[in-house]
Amino acid sequence: MENKKQGVNRRSFLLRASALAGGGMLVGLYVDPKKAMAQGRGGPPPPPFAPNAYVKIAPDGTVTLMAKNPEVGQGIKTMLPMLIAEELDVDWKDVKIEQTDFNDRVYTGQIAGGSTATPTNWLPMRQVGAGARAMLIAAAADTWKVPTSGLTTASGKVWDKSANKSIGYGELAAKAATMPVPDPKTLVLKDAKGYKIIGVSQGQRANPDIVTGKPIFGIDMMVPGMLYACYEKCGVFGGTVATHNIDELKTMPGIKGVYVVERPADLKPDINTVVLPGDPGLESGIAIVADTWWQAQTARKKLKVTWNEPPVRVAMNSASFAQQAEELSKKEPMRTLRKDGDPDAAITGAAKVVEGNYSYPFISHAPLEPQNCTAHFKDGKIEMWSNSQIPGNGRNLAAAACGVTPADVTLHMVRGGGGFGRRLTNDYCAEAAYISKLHGTPIKLLWSREDDMHHDYYRPGGYQYLKAGLDASGKIVGWRNHFVTYGDDDGQRLNTVSAGAMGPTEFPQPFIANYALHASAIHLGIRTGSLRAPSSNAFGFVIQSFIDELAHAAGKDPVEFRREILAATPKQPGYNAARMRGVLDLVAEKSGWGKKTYPKGTAQGVGFHFSHQGYFAEVAEVTVSAQNKVKVNKVWVAADVGMQIINPSAADNMVQGAVIDGMSELMYQEITVDTGRVQQNNYPQHQLVRLAQCPKDIEIHYLKSDNPPTGLGEPSLPPVLPAIANAIFTATGKRVRSLPFMKSGFSYA
Amino acid sequence: MSIKLTVNGRSQTVDVAGDTPLLWVLRDVLDLKGTKYGCGVAYCGACTVHLNGKAVRSCQTAVSAAANAQITTVEGLSATGTHPVQQAWIEIDVPQCGYCQAGQMMSAAALLAKNSKPSDADIDAAMNGNACRCGTYLRIRQAVHRAAAIAANKTPANSASVKGEPVAAR
Repeated sequence: MENKKQGVNRRSFLLRASALAGGGMLVGLYVDPKKAMAQGRGGPPPPPFAPNAYVKIAPDGTVTLMAKNPEVGQGIKTMLPMLIAEELDVDWKDVKIEQTDFNDRVYTGQIAGGSTATPTNWLPMRQVGAGARAMLIAAAADTWKVPTSGLTTASGKVWDKSANKSIGYGELAAKAATMPVPDPKTLVLKDAKGYKIIGVSQGQRANPDIVTGKPIFGIDMMVPGMLYACYEKCGVFGGTVATHNIDELKTMPGIKGVYVVERPADLKPDINTVVLPGDPGLESGIAIVADTWWQAQTARKKLKVTWNEPPVRVAMNSASFAQQAEELSKKEPMRTLRKDGDPDAAITGAAKVVEGNYSYPFISHAPLEPQNCTAHFKDGKIEMWSNSQIPGNGRNLAAAACGVTPADVTLHMVRGGGGFGRRLTNDYCAEAAYISKLHGTPIKLLWSREDDMHHDYYRPGGYQYLKAGLDASGKIVGWRNHFVTYGDDDGQRLNTVSAGAMGPTEFPQPFIANYALHASAIHLGIRTGSLRAPSSNAFGFVIQSFIDELAHAAGKDPVEFRREILAATPKQPGYNAARMRGVLDLVAEKSGWGKKTYPKGTAQGVGFHFSHQGYFAEVAEVTVSAQNKVKVNKVWVAADVGMQIINPSAADNMVQGAVIDGMSELMYQEITVDTGRVQQNNYPQHQLVRLAQCPKDIEIHYLKSDNPPTGLGEPSLPPVLPAIANAIFTATGKRVRSLPFMKSGFSYA
Repeated sequence: MSIKLTVNGRSQTVDVAGDTPLLWVLRDVLDLKGTKYGCGVAYCGACTVHLNGKAVRSCQTAVSAAANAQITTVEGLSATGTHPVQQAWIEIDVPQCGYCQAGQMMSAAALLAKNSKPSDADIDAAMNGNACRCGTYLRIRQAVHRAAAIAANKTPANSASVKGEPVAAR
């Protein structure tokens, strides 16, 4: 039974097949040209009926499935082929997997972001497998001169059970390629009860390469004739080179070229705006090209450069941001983003009023593999190797920097050592291509860790001034949030920095009759962007901590208080209270909420959040010492991401990773600004949780619901911060409203 | 300057400045890409290799200091991916992005060479210098225990030694 809420325009997905040289078959999806163009901005329109490849079956029966999305550790390179293989009816052990190039004439959705790959590909990938299988059955029916209705498939063979004969896919492939291609609407997909691959834990296909140190990451790419490069930029965004001593570097060991780069004034987008663009591409700087990266970096230490720094940005610093927020919080907000009922009156008339001023810092993505790209500009064309999470934009920025068109670019997709949203921005792609054009050889551009931390697109910081009223029975009667974010009010609207907005229906708006969300903005001169569960990674902490404050003010159990909020009829569809209630009840049950007696200093805390279509509720148990050392003993996670977990091993790994990621954000991470530049340099100033600090167990329960599967890499993160924060409050009576907690004297034991 | 190195049992001569970090000699001169760069300041452990069986951070080890040592990288743990640590890592499906895992495995292998049945506290201490940005720590701990069990069950005749003895180059 297929869920029609999938939102896939079936008219735009048709199957196509063609013959492979040597007698095999190639099956793919025809993509509507309009949809393809919408996906690959700037790409040429695809030729009509361009066949594309997901399934290759060779005459010898070898099945190769193409994995089209960027793989940055979310397991997609294994997962997408699982969907195809299941419906194709081949054994997983017999399947080979290949990464595609970026090619928006042929594939859509080659993106790693928004936890969208699962919902977007759940149906189409299974249709590819089922369509290929249908054509193989048709080929067998034609060969045996029997109706298709009597035929079945298993393990890469078509079977006629009544005649006790079978024929392998390899033998059928050439004929199958000539069979009529079925309309996806007519395909009968497997019932989940029959799954052999989906829902079964499959190890990541790259594991054998990873454990033997094969060169599979972007940083590992080697191209004949390649030289290495580093790129020095101004610590203040938009700074240009004023004075330099590059001639002194040119004679240093291994150095092959040193170049001053100025971003062309007409390169789009404009970077002199009050609100910085989300992915501006090539910036001014100095490129050093050498035989080895270390020689380039060694020469770089001798570089003496002064910059023309935009004065408005130089004047910015974290102390000033905090002061501006404080001043704005005392004034009328710049904008009202949502007003339902009369929250001010409701709060004034409330039996009890609770106020909480919350804040959280900028943080850095810092994936373990620093930004890098390998590119070769030659004869007006670019060949590049990138682990960008949105390779179409990497291609476009590289082309624009070099003055060619996207059609002139071939982009090979390579593995990324973590993404977390950093690789959604593509500065390193533009830089590598441009340096290759300057120098005339293939170039491996590698950023140092310090470059990575200084030139990130940070999770924006923010300030939320919350006020709510409770009636005598402890019910929320009014809720007001003055959200001070970064951006600019141009008189028409409040333009927030990238990833700095709050939606007008953010929880708990659907459930609170008298609700107001106001906003004001502070000007900012550093780049911001999406970081794992954008906005939610901070809002979950703020909203669920404040709800916890209200629960305690109402004298109610925090889980029960949350149940009461969810019991209200939502004002508009979108937030499914029943699904959130389901995971809240499940996590309460599994964690023994309210049933455990703890010694002083040990307690549980709860939080939930809806984001990226997923409903997550989490409970943390902590022990806090008198010195405010926090031991997270255990975390329980209840997740509703629909009807099917596709690869349970990968799903569990990611959810555990999100909990640990959240722990680091809660306790340690902060990016500060002074004289317009980021002050942190490396991991010691922006720490990660260690093995010894992890809970011994992170227990995960999936609540399957009759909804199509959705992603879980991001929605799993937001609830863990408030769960731990609320546990710390219950254990100690200390309510911390500001991230990171180490600034309030806490640490992990 | 000409420096003779023994890497994974194979003798090589490189011409580099003596203060070049061993990490970059391995990666960019010898083209052994398994050892990774994450921080350059010995915080993350992605660059971990063995010098005479001891786990060290190659980003902070000058190549001149490694000249007279047996250097083992992840490529040298075994010729065929059958080191108990490698087997355990695959069995437990440890990696997400995988970038930290060479360093994790090298630290684990060094631990198991000295301590064939480590406790959780032993593992915490030995692996403390290896960060995982993706948060695979719970599986890393399980995999170290599993590697110890695999090593304990192997007969000498068909075992890949947990000592990670140098083998022929990749």
